[in-house]
Amino acid sequence: MNDHHAVFQATPLTRRKQCSEVIAMVVFLLMTSLIVLPLLLIVGYLVYQAWPILSLDFLLTSPKHGMRAGGIWSPLLGTVYLVVLSLVIATPIGVLAAVFLNEYARDNWFTRIVNLAVINLAGVPSIVHALFGLGAFVLFAGLGKSILAASLTLAIMTLPVIIASTNEALAAVPMAFREACWNVGATRWQTIRHIVLPNSMSGILTGVILQVSRAAGETAPIMFTGAVFFKAIREGHLFAYGLFDQCMALSMHLFTISTQVPDVPKALPYGIAVVLLSTVLAVNALAIIVRVYLRSRKKW
Amino acid sequence: MVTSAPPIVEVAELHVRYGRCAALKGITLDVRRNEILGIIGPAQSGKTTLLKTINRTIDDVPGAVVTGTVKVEGKDVRQVEDVFALRRKIGMVAPLPVGLPLSIFDNVAFAPRMAGVRNRRELAERVERCLRQAALWDEVKDRLDSLGTKLSGGQQQRLTIARALSHDPEILCLDEFSIAIDPVTTMRIEDVLKELRTRITIILVTNLIQQARRLAGRTAFLLNGELVELGRTEVIFSDNPANRKTYEYVNGIFG
Amino acid sequence: MLIRRRWEALTEVAIELLIRLCGISAILFVFGIFFFVFREGSGFLFHGFKFLEFFGSTEWYPTSQSHVRYGVLALIAGTASVTALAMLIAVPFGIGAAIFISEFCGSRLKETLKITIEMLAAIPSVVWGFIGLTLMNPLIMKLFGAPIGLNVLNGGLILALMSLPIIVSVGEDALKAVPDSYREAALALGVTRWQLVYRVLLPAAKNGLLAAVLLGVGRAVGETMAVLMATGHAVKIPASLLDSVRTLTATIAAELGEAPVHSEHYQVLFIIGILLFMITFVVNLTAYLFVRGIRGK
Repeated sequence: MNDHHAVFQATPLTRRKQCSEVIAMVVFLLMTSLIVLPLLLIVGYLVYQAWPILSLDFLLTSPKHGMRAGGIWSPLLGTVYLVVLSLVIATPIGVLAAVFLNEYARDNWFTRIVNLAVINLAGVPSIVHALFGLGAFVLFAGLGKSILAASLTLAIMTLPVIIASTNEALAAVPMAFREACWNVGATRWQTIRHIVLPNSMSGILTGVILQVSRAAGETAPIMFTGAVFFKAIREGHLFAYGLFDQCMALSMHLFTISTQVPDVPKALPYGIAVVLLSTVLAVNALAIIVRVYLRSRKKW
Repeated sequence: MVTSAPPIVEVAELHVRYGRCAALKGITLDVRRNEILGIIGPAQSGKTTLLKTINRTIDDVPGAVVTGTVKVEGKDVRQVEDVFALRRKIGMVAPLPVGLPLSIFDNVAFAPRMAGVRNRRELAERVERCLRQAALWDEVKDRLDSLGTKLSGGQQQRLTIARALSHDPEILCLDEFSIAIDPVTTMRIEDVLKELRTRITIILVTNLIQQARRLAGRTAFLLNGELVELGRTEVIFSDNPANRKTYEYVNGIFG
Repeated sequence: MLIRRRWEALTEVAIELLIRLCGISAILFVFGIFFFVFREGSGFLFHGFKFLEFFGSTEWYPTSQSHVRYGVLALIAGTASVTALAMLIAVPFGIGAAIFISEFCGSRLKETLKITIEMLAAIPSVVWGFIGLTLMNPLIMKLFGAPIGLNVLNGGLILALMSLPIIVSVGEDALKAVPDSYREAALALGVTRWQLVYRVLLPAAKNGLLAAVLLGVGRAVGETMAVLMATGHAVKIPASLLDSVRTLTATIAAELGEAPVHSEHYQVLFIIGILLFMITFVVNLTAYLFVRGIRGK
C-alpha cells in the first residue's frame, strides 16, 4: 500500500488500449484524407493543364473553326440562360412546397407521401429526367428542343434541393413565434409572410444557390431537351438567345469537345472544365458564406 | 365586485382530448365582465388547454378533439366566421416570453398592422399606449428600433403583454406569465393588471397560488381536467372551501 | 374596411390553395415522370416487346439491318459491375470518414471536412467523366498495361468518389443520432474508442448507415455522364476489371440522339428509362424506410 504512485499508472492492458485508440484514429483519419485528397489533386491538375489558355478572351469569344479554336462565350451564355430560367421556375414552387410541408400539412399519411415523393424526385437518375423532359416538354407540350424545355427539366430535377434546404430553415423557426402570431389574430399566411419566411432567408438562399450550382453542372437532362453541340450566336450580345432557341451549354460543350471533336488543342477542354468547375465551386462557396454570415446575425 | 351583467365567456361541458389522453373532462364555468378570474391547479390539469379553446388556437394543435361549447360574448366560438377577429378580441400571454424577431416597435405594431391599420400616427400612438400600460415604455422608449428578442426575460414578458393589448382585446388571458421572470418584475406586472382590471376582463392562469389570492376576484381550481371548485377568492382561500381537495391544494398539502 | 377584409380573406384562400398545389407538385412530378417516360415507351412495350429477350439476352443490336436484338443483360451487368466496384470502395471509406468526422475530430476540423465533402459533391458529373477520360485513362493503361483505360476500374473509381459525399453525410447524420448517453455509458465501462465504434455505434446506427449505403447505390446506378465518358463502350458482360462496359444510363445517353423519334429503338430506350426509374425508386424507398425507422425510435 506504500506504492501510491503506481495506482494510476498504465497497466499493459491499458497501454494496449491506448495503442489501439491511436491506431483507430489514424485509420479513420487516413480514410478521410483519401476522400479529401482527390478534390485538391483534381482541381490542381485541371488548372495546371488549362493554365495556357485561361484568359478573359477565352471567356468572351465564341468557339470558332469547328470548335477547335476560340473561346467559350456562347456555351457560357447558354448556361446562364438555363440556370436563371430554371431558378425562376423552381424557386417559388420549391419554397411554397416546403411551406406546405412545414406550415400547413400535418403529420399524416399524405404528408409522408409528399415527403417520399420529394426524396424520390431527388433520386431519379438525371437521364430519366432527360427522358421525361423529352416526352413531356419537347414532344407533348410542343415546346420543341428549346431553352424553355431544358430549363423546365432542370427546374424539376433541382426542385428537391430547394425544398430540402427551405424545409430545414422553416423547421428551425421556433414554434412559439407562430403561436404568438396566431394569438394576436394574424392569419396563417400573415404569420408565414411576416415572421417565418423572413427568418428562414438564410436557408432559402442556401437552397437557391445550391440549385444554381446543380443546374449549371448538369448535362444529361439538357442533352435531349434543348442543348446542342454547336450554335452560332451574335457576338457580344447578352440577349443572343431566345426562349425557344436551342443553346449551347458549358457542361455539354465539355462533353462535346472531349469526346466528339477530334484534334482540339490540348488545353481547350481543360479550360472549359476549369471554368465549369470553378463556377460551380465558387457558387457553393458563396452558399457556405451566406449560411455562416446569416447564421451569425440570427435574431434570437 | 359581483355584477349582474351577462358573462363575457361561458364554457359548458367542455371536453378536450389529445388522441387518447383526455385533457379536459367536462368543464363548465363562466367569466364575468371586468373581473379577474384566477385559475389554479397543478401541472397537467388542463389550464392551458382551456385558454386555447377560448381563442381557438386549439385548432392548430394536431389531434385535439373538442366537444362542448365555449361562448364569447354570447357567440359560440366554433361558429365564429372570422376566427382572426375572435382572436383579436382576446389577448393571450404565453408562459414563456416571446419577443418576435422584429423591432420593439414592430412587435407591438404587429397585430394592428395585420388587422389592417396602416396610419403611422395611429400606430405610433397605439404602440406608446400599450407599452405604457405594460409598464415598459420608460425602459425602451429610446430604443424602439432594437430587436424585441434581445430584451431581458422580464422585459420580453412585458413586451408580450403590450403586444397582447395592442389589438384592444376585451379579454386578457395570462398563462403562468411569471414562470420565467423574477419576483420584482412579477410584482410590477401584477400592478399593471390591477390597473387594467377596471377596463378589461382578465383570466389569470397561475401556478403561484398567492398570486391568484392577491389579484383575483373569483378563483377556479382545476384538477386532472375537472373543475373542482369555482368561487370567490376569499372562500377558496378560507379554511372551509366547498371541496376538501381545494383546501389541501391551497394549503400545500398536495400538488 | 369591410371590402378590404373580404379581399384579404380571398387572398388568404388563394395563397393557401397555391401553397397546397405546390405541396403536391412533388407527387405530380414523380407521377409525371413515370407517366411520360412510360407513355413514350408503351407503344413497343405492348406490341412486339419480348420480355425474355430483354432481360435474358446479352445481344444489343438496336440498329442492325437483319438481326435486331434488344437484350439489356450486358447493360445491366455493366451497371452492376461498376456500381459494385464503386460500393466496394466507397462504403468502407465513406463510413470510415463518417466515423472520423462524427467521433474523432474537433469542431473546427469537422466544419472544414464537411465543407470539403460538400465541394466534392458539387463537382459536375461531366467533369468527373472528363477526369476519367484524360487523367485516369492513361494512368490505368500505364499501371496495368491494359489496352484501354476506359473500363470497369475507371468507372468504378469515379463513381466511388461521386457517391462518397452522400454516404459520408447521411452516415454522419446517422451516427449523430446515436444518443450521447450510449457513448458515455460505454466509455464509463472502460472500452476503447475502437470498441466503442465497433460494438456500440455501428450497431446503434445500423439503419441510418444502411440508408446511406443505399443512397450511394442509387446515386451510382443513376449516374450518366461520368460512366458514359469513363467506362468505354463495349456491350458485354465484363470478365475482369479491365474490361470496357456500357451501363444502362450511358446507353440511353449515347443512343437517344441517333434513334428516330417513336422508332422501336427509341421506345426501347424509354423502357430502359422505366427500368432505371423503378430500380432507383425501390432503392430510395428502402432507404427512406430505414431512415424513418431511426426517427421512429
